[in-house]
Amino acid sequence: MRPLEPIGQQARVLLGILFFVLFFSAWGVATLGGFVSPTFLADPITMVKDGIYLLTEQGFMTDIGMTVWRVLGGFVLAMIVAVPLGIAMGAYKPIEALLEPFVSFARYLPASAFIPLLILWAGIGEMQKLLVIFIGAVFQIILMVAVAVSSTRRDLVEAAYTLGATDRGVVRRVLMPANAPDIAEILRLVLGWAWTYVIVAELIGASSGIGYMIINSQALMATGQIIFGIIVIGLIGLISDFAFKSLNRKLFAWRLA
Amino acid sequence: MSELIIKGVSRTFPGVHGGQPVQALQPTDLTIEKNDFVTILGPSGCGKSTLLRIIAGLDRPTTGTVTLEGKEIKGPGADRGMVFQSYTLFPWLTIRENVAFGLRERGVPAKEMWEIVDSYIDKVGLRGFQNHWPKQLSGGMQQRTAIARALANDPKIMLLDEPFGALDNQTRGLMQELLLGIWEREHKTVIFVTHDIEEAVFMASRVVTMTARPGRIKSITPVDLPHPRHYTIKASPEFSALRLKLTEEIRSEAIVAAGHG
Repeated sequence: MRPLEPIGQQARVLLGILFFVLFFSAWGVATLGGFVSPTFLADPITMVKDGIYLLTEQGFMTDIGMTVWRVLGGFVLAMIVAVPLGIAMGAYKPIEALLEPFVSFARYLPASAFIPLLILWAGIGEMQKLLVIFIGAVFQIILMVAVAVSSTRRDLVEAAYTLGATDRGVVRRVLMPANAPDIAEILRLVLGWAWTYVIVAELIGASSGIGYMIINSQALMATGQIIFGIIVIGLIGLISDFAFKSLNRKLFAWRLA
Repeated sequence: MSELIIKGVSRTFPGVHGGQPVQALQPTDLTIEKNDFVTILGPSGCGKSTLLRIIAGLDRPTTGTVTLEGKEIKGPGADRGMVFQSYTLFPWLTIRENVAFGLRERGVPAKEMWEIVDSYIDKVGLRGFQNHWPKQLSGGMQQRTAIARALANDPKIMLLDEPFGALDNQTRGLMQELLLGIWEREHKTVIFVTHDIEEAVFMASRVVTMTARPGRIKSITPVDLPHPRHYTIKASPEFSALRLKLTEEIRSEAIVAAGHG
């Protein structure tokens, strides 16, 4: 193997699938072969059976729907607040000086540690779940967008000014389009993190959702259901990632030209 | 009528990390007439780009003023079109949209705007590439687009900062002819910064040479070669004489500049 040498599309897909096959085989051998006790780890067949049971008998689709809505709801709220703020911070240095230290501090506050407080403030309803996602995502997005916008090529900004652009014109017609692909990429990344917050939010004080199902299954020692829940999260993540990536490719074709 | 008046303009950059302030440009006076084609020639670091950036309004002079048609320059504006050495096309816009950038900012009606845009795309020979993205074009084509983008705004003066510096020799020669052809037809006021002596002589009606840092104007040489100029003029005795004279002048400055490291 040569460093950085590209490989063909077909080989890439096959190798990607191969690792999934290896992973599930190893799991199958460990559990079905009797090397690991079923109390600790269910085998793949039990997992699939549990999954079918959850979907058909337990209304698990509703749980999935609830979780997806919470992630998207909290994430969209964070996006609406954070993207304009991030752009403003990147573009205008006094705003950056005002907010950057606080946002850098707030970014390290763990969203999950807010759950007890949020229950106190917002109860155990949907608002509390959305707020967990919101807190977890908003500061990250602000900071990353601000960094992206500040690092816009200076010569492009200067070129716009010599073409008669106003200050607002530079923000709207240079800083924003120049960084749109980076901002989309930041959102894709943070959406992935939002998934980990939602499950934590659902482990405490929830009555629906994938996280709720997982904590319920723990009481029943149903490891097959837990694993099924985890795999469902992984699959949704994979699908949303794929959707995001192909949308970005469509929207920002100039980058790949 | 004199168009651009540079009066006592100097630029001193503050010292970095507590170091000494650096004077890039000594107080400079220069008057540029309407429709003049002036090239500013000097070794690297002589402050020629600094002077151009001050005229563009992208940098502020430490002392002195620059006035364009009697109005003092306070910042960048559409009346001074600039072409940079680096490729500064907006990568998210097609060639056509890039050329339209300034017109759109001014709110020119769509029909008129696209007519102007297409005429300048024709003038720089990029018809057929209107809908390409900058990345898909060669360096020479990108700089041609940048020239069209600046011209489409109909500026009073064109400022070019070593626009062909990154191009190979053959392309560079063709670009010089293209720009000169446009100037001969449209009669714009042009200030062109370069460190290439042949380039400076070929295009200019006056060549301004500058000393090593801190820069000041060393000499102003009129170039009385007839227009339209063909590239073969570079082999003429008059051209060679001018080139030799300027080579002598710049050489001593380059030695000083190289000594400073």
